[in-house]
Amino acid sequence: MSVVKKFLYVNRKAPHGTIYALESLEVVLIGAAYEQDVALAFLDDGVFQLVKGWDTSELGAKNFQPAYTALGDYDVKTVYVERESLEERGLSEDDLIEMTYEDEDDDFKEKSSVHIVSREEMAKIMAEADVILSF
Amino acid sequence: MKLGIVVLEGPYQHEAADTAYNFAKAALEKGHEIFRIFFYHDGVNNATRLMVPPQDDRHIQQRWSELAEKHNLDLVVCIAAAQRRGLLDENEMKRQGKDAHNIAPGFRISGLGQLIEAGVQCDRLVVFGD
Amino acid sequence: MATLHTVNKSPYERNTLESCLKHVRSGDTVLLIEDGVYAAIKGGRAAELLAAAEGVKIAALSADLKARGIGKDKMVDGIAVVDYGGFVDLVEANDRVQAWL
Repeated sequence: MSVVKKFLYVNRKAPHGTIYALESLEVVLIGAAYEQDVALAFLDDGVFQLVKGWDTSELGAKNFQPAYTALGDYDVKTVYVERESLEERGLSEDDLIEMTYEDEDDDFKEKSSVHIVSREEMAKIMAEADVILSF
Repeated sequence: MKLGIVVLEGPYQHEAADTAYNFAKAALEKGHEIFRIFFYHDGVNNATRLMVPPQDDRHIQQRWSELAEKHNLDLVVCIAAAQRRGLLDENEMKRQGKDAHNIAPGFRISGLGQLIEAGVQCDRLVVFGD
Repeated sequence: MATLHTVNKSPYERNTLESCLKHVRSGDTVLLIEDGVYAAIKGGRAAELLAAAEGVKIAALSADLKARGIGKDKMVDGIAVVDYGGFVDLVEANDRVQAWL
């Protein structure tokens, strides 16, 4: 595809209670093959998706948290997490999983994909996207 | 305008399928082009041929199929979401060793890439969900 | 560069309208659809949220207002009532559409 657009995947829902978190992740993973300019945004209850240490064994459902940490292998280098959403929910950056990518322009050094941004910055990020996918 | 429409919820359970349909109809009446309507999450349930709603109410699957036929629309059902929810076409039925298929006319099963392609090719992508 | 935001849930059920309004930018439009139209009822707490939204146009889908028995007399002032055709026009007039689900 010669056209490259800025895709923003907006995640506002918690995992497990509904399927939106899992299936939206699947779109991101498949979407990697289309070489678009992809960024993920986590705000409101979406930030709960990134809380580390999931154990879904007693629930009896698949633990898909590894898919988040693997996003770096799927060309996802930019993950925006809204600060106010974290604070309102009693969370901090320390509660979140690590998401990294290998920077091919810097000797494949491993770097963090996560950017904690303010609500105002998030609004600006949304306003700059070409295509916004919400689930 | 070249439009892409995404339907994320099933028929009757949520209003998303109604809003999407009415929006699509209005867009076509105004002469716009609908590049693709992509069904994801429970939205794949719009595509079942086995829907038998009460006679005095709208038939959600049928009107999608009719709209598709009238305007040559591309109604795409995501294969992963469809497999999870038991929506199969003939191919899938054989592939998966099942004894039935249930996709309605006008719908086709395909991959998530079709959604990304719609995002790339369309002027606007409009999402209807819950 | 403006965004058309769609809000489809009641502000009394979900925080989507509140969150949407915290992320809009001047020149954007918020279109209330489905249960989102309940925000348009005057005297409701959501009406205050809408009133406080500066620089943003608020619209509501006629089909959903009518289906829910919300007449013009019950609505907050300044909300543009549009039909599905108007919805299409709003999509065209803005650069992108963001669904707040």
